[in-house]
Amino acid sequence: MTDVQITQTTAAPQAETEGLSPGQELRQRMLGHTGFLIGAGLITLVVLIAIFAPLLAPHDPYAQSLANRMLPPIWQEGGSADYLLGTDQNGRDYLSRLIYGTRISVTIGIGAATIGLLIGVTFGVLAGYFGGWVDHVISFLLTAQLALPGLLLAMALVFIIGPSIWVVIGIVGVLHWTYYLVVTRSATQRLRSLDFVAASAASGASAPQIILHEILPNLIPQIIVIFTFELGISILAELSLSFLGVGIQPPTPSWGLMIAEGKQAMFFRPWLVILPGICLFLLVIGANLMGDGLRDITSPEGRNG
Amino acid sequence: MLKYIALKGLLAILVAFTASLAAFLLLNVASDPAQAIAGEDATPDVVETIRIRYGLDRPVYERYLSWLAGVATGDFGESYYWHKPVAELVADRADETLTLALSALFVTILIAVPLGALAGLNPNSWIDRAALGVAVSAQAIPNFWLGLIMIILFAVMIPIFPVSGDNTWYHFVLPAIVLGASSVPAVMRLTRTGLIEVMGADYIRTARAKGFRGNALLRRHALRNAILPVISVLAVQLGQKFGGSVITESIFAINGLGRLALESILGADIPTVQMLIFVFAIVFVAMNLLADILNAALDPRIRIG
Repeated sequence: MTDVQITQTTAAPQAETEGLSPGQELRQRMLGHTGFLIGAGLITLVVLIAIFAPLLAPHDPYAQSLANRMLPPIWQEGGSADYLLGTDQNGRDYLSRLIYGTRISVTIGIGAATIGLLIGVTFGVLAGYFGGWVDHVISFLLTAQLALPGLLLAMALVFIIGPSIWVVIGIVGVLHWTYYLVVTRSATQRLRSLDFVAASAASGASAPQIILHEILPNLIPQIIVIFTFELGISILAELSLSFLGVGIQPPTPSWGLMIAEGKQAMFFRPWLVILPGICLFLLVIGANLMGDGLRDITSPEGRNG
Repeated sequence: MLKYIALKGLLAILVAFTASLAAFLLLNVASDPAQAIAGEDATPDVVETIRIRYGLDRPVYERYLSWLAGVATGDFGESYYWHKPVAELVADRADETLTLALSALFVTILIAVPLGALAGLNPNSWIDRAALGVAVSAQAIPNFWLGLIMIILFAVMIPIFPVSGDNTWYHFVLPAIVLGASSVPAVMRLTRTGLIEVMGADYIRTARAKGFRGNALLRRHALRNAILPVISVLAVQLGQKFGGSVITESIFAINGLGRLALESILGADIPTVQMLIFVFAIVFVAMNLLADILNAALDPRIRIG
């Protein structure tokens, strides 16, 4: 909400983009945006790791080995090349668990951000298109949702319903729709007053037709931008839940849970806490940089600058 | 002005109660609270006994109405877990959280405002880029991870601050930094854009065009104008600090409302959870109301329009 457009000085100069098709122009602006390239690169990397986890992981992430408990990473004394990043309290290979952890984070991020999208965009378009009392009711709901302590409610709900990955996805998603609403509502209000929408209405299109064919396609760039940000926000929310013990349950390899498990031994084996934190940091910063980049690239100001 | 405040205040109360209703419904309808209290392995007749013992066999609307009637007289019910009036529990622990929230806000101001001002006075300089880098990174670091890293740093490497407990103000230094850091990006960006806007405003340009050389004076005036919106955002951020106290308090073993929330969730203590959600929502709407009033008091366009 308080995010502010950052002027990019790296955007391609106008002369280079003249005479290109919109697709070519978009590609050029993407390639000229350093932040976007770094963010998109990180996200692609993590998604690829998640998909190919079984091929990449050197060990079974669930296989315990009492003989190999708490091995340090290879760069520390006592580390072995068999376990590059060491092992945890149960002798499970830490690298393999980190690799499989991407699956949890990516699934939760995409799942929760999609649920939030469906709720937020529906409300936002309805409020923006119909205005009047519809808008008042939805804006009131928005304020009430913002007043709720999200993490606390999520913790309580996951605990009462019973923790599982699907419950976590559902609850994180249901509690994260406000950002979509705020943006799509004002964008719809603006679109609604434009000539092409009036023309469509004049030619006899009904409200659902106008929303589906005229409004929604024009909201897609903004929705993608928010989706990217929400990926990071949902992943952080899952991590907090798992860390507090009311999210993903053991022995599933979730980074938040790994940090919680490593906490007991963190004074002597800080890498148990530091490594999952770094993975998470890279993933979330990737999502944020990609979101910032997409916003610059798709906004009209960026197009001309 | 009075009419404006009264209207906003009424709306705020309505919002807080809507939020409490939503939380009540979610907690009671999403799953069976009696089952959650009894535990997963409980036999059906134990669950039934609990249901009747706590009055959970009555319809949800009836329970909400009797909860509301209790709230009107300051009675929030009795804790299932501690077997004490919930209001007493909350009152006992509110001090710690208030201290934590205020000191966290202090940390936010101390870091975010100077950084944002430096960035805003030198847009697109290396200072601006560095500040932006801090903001982007801070957004991607989960609160609890930052807390653990601080504990590792200050317990092992530079042991100057205590890492758990809440006996002296000294104990609040690290938690305040952790909780305060989460608001830094938003407040910093707002200070930055506010300053850029004000420095580009007509009256500053006119003064410059007329040959006014007092740059230091100019900046002081600009900062004063740019800081107005920041003050109201700080009020909103303070409201969020209460909800955000859950993680910080559990990491640093501070016996405040956040820790009470975690304990009551893990103990399936629904009356306590319900009151905490209500209290956090009230604090949030009160802080937003304060922000609205500040805005109106400072900006006559809002007050009159």
